[in-house]
Amino acid sequence: MNPMNFVILAAILFSIGASAVLLRRNAIVAFMGVELMLNAANLALVAFSRLHGQLEGQVMAFFVMVVAAAEVVVGLALIIAVFRARTNISLDEPAELRG
Amino acid sequence: MVNDVLFWVIAAVTVIPATSLLFARKAVHIAMSIVMVMVGLATAYVALEAPFLGIVQIVVYTGAVMMLFLFVLMLVGVDQREELKETLKGQRWIAFFAAGGIGTLLVVQISRVTMPVYRPDNPLVGEPDVIAVVLFGKYVLVMEVLGALLIIAAVGALVLTHVPRLTPRQTQNERARARVLAGANPVNKPMPGVYARHNALDVPALDPEGKPIPESISRVLKARGQTRDGKEFLPPSKSEGIEQ
Amino acid sequence: MLSLTWALIAVPLASALVLLLVGKRGDSWAPWAGVGASGATFVVGLGAYIELLSRDASDRSHHQHLFAWITGGELKVDAGLLVDPLSLTFVLLVSMVGTLIHVYSVAYMAEDKNRRIFFAYLNLFIAAMLLLVLADSFLLLFVGWEGVGLASYLLIGFWNYKPEYATAAKKAFVVNRIGDIGLIVAMGLMFAAFGALDFETVLGGAAGASEATLTGIGLMLLLAATGKSAQFPLQSWLGDAMAGPTPVSALIHAATMVTAGIYLIVRSAAIFNGAPTAQLVVAAVGAITLIMGAVIGMAKDDIKKALAASTMSQIGYMMLAAGLGPIGYAFAIFHLVTHGFFKAGMFLGAGSVMHAMKDQVDMRRFGALRGAMTITWVTFGVGWLAILGVPPFSGFHSKDKIIEAAFVGEGWQPWIFGGAALIGAGLTAFYMSRLFFMTFHGKARWTDDQHPHESSWLMTVPMIILAVGSAFLGLILASGDRFATWLEPVTGHVEHHDPVLSIPVIIGATLLLVALGAFAAWRLYGAREVVPVATQGSLATIAARNDLFQDQINEALYQRPGQHVTRMLVFADAAVVDGAVNKQAAGFLKWGESWRRLQTGYVRSYVGTILGGLLIVLLIVVLGGL
Repeated sequence: MNPMNFVILAAILFSIGASAVLLRRNAIVAFMGVELMLNAANLALVAFSRLHGQLEGQVMAFFVMVVAAAEVVVGLALIIAVFRARTNISLDEPAELRG
Repeated sequence: MVNDVLFWVIAAVTVIPATSLLFARKAVHIAMSIVMVMVGLATAYVALEAPFLGIVQIVVYTGAVMMLFLFVLMLVGVDQREELKETLKGQRWIAFFAAGGIGTLLVVQISRVTMPVYRPDNPLVGEPDVIAVVLFGKYVLVMEVLGALLIIAAVGALVLTHVPRLTPRQTQNERARARVLAGANPVNKPMPGVYARHNALDVPALDPEGKPIPESISRVLKARGQTRDGKEFLPPSKSEGIEQ
Repeated sequence: MLSLTWALIAVPLASALVLLLVGKRGDSWAPWAGVGASGATFVVGLGAYIELLSRDASDRSHHQHLFAWITGGELKVDAGLLVDPLSLTFVLLVSMVGTLIHVYSVAYMAEDKNRRIFFAYLNLFIAAMLLLVLADSFLLLFVGWEGVGLASYLLIGFWNYKPEYATAAKKAFVVNRIGDIGLIVAMGLMFAAFGALDFETVLGGAAGASEATLTGIGLMLLLAATGKSAQFPLQSWLGDAMAGPTPVSALIHAATMVTAGIYLIVRSAAIFNGAPTAQLVVAAVGAITLIMGAVIGMAKDDIKKALAASTMSQIGYMMLAAGLGPIGYAFAIFHLVTHGFFKAGMFLGAGSVMHAMKDQVDMRRFGALRGAMTITWVTFGVGWLAILGVPPFSGFHSKDKIIEAAFVGEGWQPWIFGGAALIGAGLTAFYMSRLFFMTFHGKARWTDDQHPHESSWLMTVPMIILAVGSAFLGLILASGDRFATWLEPVTGHVEHHDPVLSIPVIIGATLLLVALGAFAAWRLYGAREVVPVATQGSLATIAARNDLFQDQINEALYQRPGQHVTRMLVFADAAVVDGAVNKQAAGFLKWGESWRRLQTGYVRSYVGTILGGLLIVLLIVVLGGL
């Protein structure tokens, strides 16, 4: 089995995650979509690492995970702050920036 | 080489739960599905000769990140159901064309690429010791910066979720003082029937000065006229000052 | 005393400032301070005159440089004073008549609680007028020119609590500004042609300039002169200017300021000599105004307005003389001086009458004042004879010369101008006699509360001095052409020209017309009873009473079209200029509105945009790889 198949799998997962961000109004669900997209990218990185026989891809994936962890912490803190202010975590509610 | 069966299993274990992101109503179900996806991806990493990353994936994503998600879900209300009806006009079509288009184009482009596969006799496996050499050798600076980023993110999350106290906390002493100043009775209300000789619910309690406390009797008994004034319990000299 | 000429301006100016700033505590001594400042200028002027007279005739010009005033690029103007026979004539006239009128005002304004301000303004006027005549450049002259305009405005509106007086002041101010535009444009043309504004360069270089340039400058100077001197077509303000206190009318609107236009033209003689067309226009303006003023004067019942019309007419004579070229300049100034005396005297007489008659100005309410106010009657009578041109009074010597000069020339001009001057003399005789008879003769038509009495000596003494001047000044100055010789360094020497008619014929005709006019006035207003309320009169009378409809004409010709043009411009400004800008702005606004729709405020829309961009990038990659 060619590792390229994993790259295709990563592409499919990425588009599923993107659809989730586009479609779901629940901030947490949308956020999970973002996580899925990040993981898809990670999968591609690992697959390429395997393809080229180099460790850099894995190291990059590792860094992505760290950054994603930091992002999750801040992002969820934001969601909680928004929830405190609005008792609601719909992404469509805070539309004050409407032009 | 990766076993074909293993790939298809991994594909099924990741893609099918991932679609719950689009169709499931309850956020908890979605979170659990994503945990499933994460485990599948960890398996994929191991299959792709990156066992360290696979373990890290399990620990970080299924262990930490997804648990954090669940935690927040509990905090904001696990019952929050989401209406799947679209509110933004045309958003469905946008999602369909954007996400679908991206997926299709990526798949098309990737399948057009042919890449020589690295097939050594003893393949380079991402064991922790091998990764460590790279991480703490070539990328040590990035590593340190990321450490700083994590700390900053943690502090940032604390700051964001912290609710500052705007007024100083009231002590018990201050609360008691405020109650007395407001004109409340300084002592606790005694139960009726203190010093009872018979069915004492109809006898008012006496305050430390020996006066009956009318409030200590049930309103119902008062309305029925079944109370007693408690005069009989007072010393004779003070009986004039007692009121019902 | 020549080195002290700066004091001529500085002393009254300082006095004006002190009087304005000193506050109420100066009320008691302010009138006499004003008189003192004005008298000081007369003393200095007289000293300068004596010093200049002791010099040789060709050397009678003293130029005093004060300071470098404006230095900007090619324009360099120094502030300096030029004392020569012409300016000194004015200095003496202004300071002497001015001082007399100051003295007169002490009594005339004694009841006014703002008299300190009044004397401050009078001193300001003296300073500005002397600056005007002493300036050595057109620009410095312009400062004085505006200064007298300001003083005139302030003094006409001195009693500005009456709205119509304030309006009169405003009218004088605005009409004068129209003339000022002429002076400004003239200065611009001078700078373009000669690169300088001082008299020496401009007048010295005039001979070398083209006739078109000189004509342009001359016409613009004439516009300035018509504004200041109330000549046609800017004459309308003078009648209303009589709203000011009578001493002001005497000093500013009869004797001195209104003659500034004549001064300007005579001073710019070198320019006009090179521009015959401009000269012709000057003479024509003079001729038109002298007839017009006389016609208006014939119908006016308001004694001050009648005198104002007469002033207009007499300045018309001077303008006519100035337009005749070198032969007329000296006579213009000569008539200006004599007119300054007799007209100021008559205005003071009118003021005296008004003072006696409780500020009544309607001549139909006067009559028979001869007995009650003998001194006024006599002094006024002398002025009357002088303006009529009865020999040997002043007017005869000055006006007759102008009439003679008007008859000099070739073709149609002498007949037109001479005829106008001659008819004007007859009309003058009629309206001045009418005024005189209506005021001092006939039966008393006073209202019940009027008890005429002679004025105090403070008022009569100046009148007497002016009357003496009116009587003999002409004779003194005319004997042996003394005045013309005195002015010769400025106006140039002129050979004697023979008029188209012989001189005795002209004098005879003039005297005959004067006698006829006076006789007609006697028949109509002296011998016959004058009705206290004016009858309707003929169409011509109505026209003359309404100042020949000058205000209506101005309104119809300038104001209404101006208003319409303004309205049109405002509309065009709103519709075209603002419209373009506003439409453009509105367009941008709409454009922005359409872009605003992209900012929905929904995070998911933004994500859609981002992913759309990614889609496009991918499309390029994929299609590019095909």
